[in-house]
Amino acid sequence: MEAWLHFQNTSMVWVLVTLVAFLIASWINRLANRTPLLHPVVVALLLIIGLLKLTETEYEVYREGAELISFLLGPAVVALAVPLYDNLARVRSMLVPLLVACGTGAVVAASSAVAVGMAFNLSSSTLLSLAPKSVTTPIAIGVAEKIGGYASLTAGLVLITGAIGCLLSPWVCRMFKVTDPAVRGYSLGVSAHAMGTAYAFEYGAIAGAFSGLAMGMTGTFTAFMLPPLISLMGLAGG
Amino acid sequence: MVVGFLILLLFQLIGEVIVYMMAIPVPGAVVGLVLLLVALMFYGRVPDSLRVSAEGLLSILPLMLVPAGVGLMVHFKLIAEEWLGITVALFVSTFLALVVVTGLLKVMHRRGDEDVADGEDA
Repeated sequence: MEAWLHFQNTSMVWVLVTLVAFLIASWINRLANRTPLLHPVVVALLLIIGLLKLTETEYEVYREGAELISFLLGPAVVALAVPLYDNLARVRSMLVPLLVACGTGAVVAASSAVAVGMAFNLSSSTLLSLAPKSVTTPIAIGVAEKIGGYASLTAGLVLITGAIGCLLSPWVCRMFKVTDPAVRGYSLGVSAHAMGTAYAFEYGAIAGAFSGLAMGMTGTFTAFMLPPLISLMGLAGG
Repeated sequence: MVVGFLILLLFQLIGEVIVYMMAIPVPGAVVGLVLLLVALMFYGRVPDSLRVSAEGLLSILPLMLVPAGVGLMVHFKLIAEEWLGITVALFVSTFLALVVVTGLLKVMHRRGDEDVADGEDA
């Protein structure tokens, strides 16, 4: 017990816990035929929450311990420039449709989430945490902090959004009779960010590349678009 | 590998400095992403070490999302009170975004196929 109290405050334990939880979650997801309902990220964070509750550990202790992993998010966002650059030629040929779809999709995702939330009388900090939820987590966290939402709530909502997007996408594609992998991937990337991208790779490399592209573009665009949109919808930005 | 990681961190730092100096409400890493993209366009190719670092980092991106997601536990009380609105908002907005993007691309992309040479008269 004394040993636990000592190691509880070291990074080693929490980085280890996070890696093990992620591996277990990936294994469970494979067993369940990769269903987005049991997405590895969602399962891993539930496992860790369970462990923290069992050991009566505060989130702050875990957060500081796992800081080494979270730190990598910043450079990972910058790294999105590489797949974006790789697909530059393809992007140029479809530039206008892609830009219009990305911009409209991002505005629709954020404003409809806030509008529905308003209809349900959600508190304004919940609304501000909802607004960036279609964007890849590292960007969403940064945006939530900038506009005055709860970064940790946003992070969770982003992950749930990702799972919902993967769940609804095949259905919407059937509705529009879309078979083009580029379109499938791109719409997944705009609405379901990194989780959509991981899922899009199951439709093939083209879908995956377009999804990654959409994720990067939507994230970048939303980061610049959201602060003015928020004040336009009558929510005070912080 | 080391050089590649250094490039990523350096662009993030430049982004953070710009955001801080100009007080713009955008994460510094996003500005770093845009700057790196512009730099790559000028440079004309992706240096090998940068590619190794970037692709390595992006392949474990889902793992990095976990610690922040665990923060949901702090908000259990708030979620218990507002779960219905949050759930409906997430489903409706994600569905609408999918419909809008898929629909727009289907319509515009088809038009693009018909006259590839000139698609700007809209």
